[in-house]
Amino acid sequence: MRLSLTAEARREGVAAKGWVRAHKWWILRRLTQLTALGVFMAGPLAGIWLVRGNFASSEILGFLPLSDPFIAVQSLAAGAVLARVALLGALLITLFYIVVGGRAYCGWICPVNIVTDTAYWLREKLGITRDRKLDRRTRLWVLGGALLASLLSGTVAWEFVNPVSLLQRGLIFGLGAGWTIIAAVFLLDLLITRRGWCGHLCPVGAFYGIMGKASVVRVAASRREACTNCGACFQICTEPHVITPALKGRGTMSILNQDCLNCGSCIDACPVDVFEISVRRNIR
Amino acid sequence: MAKPKPPSRRDLLTSGAKAAGVACLAGLSLTAYVESARRAEATALRPPGALPEDDFQGACVRCGLCVRACPFDTLRLAELGEEAPLGTPFFVARETPCFMCADVPCAKACPTGALDRDIPSIRQADMGVAVLVGHESCLNYKGITCSICHRVCPIRDEAITLEPQAIRGRRMVIPTVHSDKCTGCGTCEKHCVLGHAAIRVLPRELGLGGRGRNPAGRAV
Repeated sequence: MRLSLTAEARREGVAAKGWVRAHKWWILRRLTQLTALGVFMAGPLAGIWLVRGNFASSEILGFLPLSDPFIAVQSLAAGAVLARVALLGALLITLFYIVVGGRAYCGWICPVNIVTDTAYWLREKLGITRDRKLDRRTRLWVLGGALLASLLSGTVAWEFVNPVSLLQRGLIFGLGAGWTIIAAVFLLDLLITRRGWCGHLCPVGAFYGIMGKASVVRVAASRREACTNCGACFQICTEPHVITPALKGRGTMSILNQDCLNCGSCIDACPVDVFEISVRRNIR
Repeated sequence: MAKPKPPSRRDLLTSGAKAAGVACLAGLSLTAYVESARRAEATALRPPGALPEDDFQGACVRCGLCVRACPFDTLRLAELGEEAPLGTPFFVARETPCFMCADVPCAKACPTGALDRDIPSIRQADMGVAVLVGHESCLNYKGITCSICHRVCPIRDEAITLEPQAIRGRRMVIPTVHSDKCTGCGTCEKHCVLGHAAIRVLPRELGLGGRGRNPAGRAV
């Protein structure tokens, strides 16, 4: 076997389009993820205070409030009366993701995505095939459980364990023993279940998915007649089931499933450029 | 590829029992974890203006804006395994006390209202209450007029006063905390000269006695 850092699913794309074009959206996503973390870390590390706080709630350039709507909803379920600043912040984020696609958060902002993508990449490289099957709807149950637990305990319950909050907050404010939880997520994805955390369990992704159900920006299989059935898009996609209706169906070419991250990996991997980022079309 | 065998009744029962067992263990450990983690230790004090602990746990989104607003780096967010629930803001008085900024910038920075943004004055803050816990170690109780806690107190001569007392025939001045004036900033605990502070800030319900409830359960 030839040793290569390129993911197996991108091989054909790289051969057809070159390395950079086969990693275009991947590069953009990683830059966005690192920039999002970077502007928060620039304060404590370098004294450059463009933003304060963390992804849970923040103040951008000293005036613009942003708040995570999932944490806000847990808080409301816990019976808290939130101040207007947090409600406004959560509203702004909600409106933003209704436009760009709810799970764009997962693909473009969440730092755990880098962890789980890396686990998946390593899983492929090491040839690990063990896949403890989980239902993809499990995350909806976890989401329901988290909100119920908030309601019953009067706390923002999921935030006691949430690896997503833990990692970004840890990087910005100090991680402590929190790395163990991140390591657990990595090992779950590497050794036990294919795309286990982001694809099956994480209630944050489930929440953003529901939120962005009707979002405007969507990936579309606009040139599906050119498809060569190479399978690269299915292999690279974190949620392969979302591709089928758009690519193989007769209806709309937009990928409308709420599980789609709008990450653009299928665009990167496709050797014949079937996919593109476009505006939602409900009918063909 | 070999055809999968249809599962036998024995397989179904054992795998079902396994799944149920795992679910119970997971549920139990999560509940136990949240229940054990939701109480801050007595040494972990909340920022000024914090809602009562139960309400605070529902309102705080763990964003750290209060931590950033604190000019003295008193506050920090709890890492996994620290004294306070994961990600919530707290301070340890013996390390860095609250410097009682007149305009309470930490509370003003809170986006959710977990800290009272409209707190009129730092004097209204209730981070805890100082309690002289070391009656055997406090130097004033040994007849030495150390009184450092009294001298450093930012609410001087109101929150801590020196009360002359005669104990076993010896005249001493004993630092005495007045809980209605003490904000629990922790300056006294920070500056106590002993290896382990003889005066400590405790959460109010832990630090103060009281009459409690009558046999019918009503507060008296």
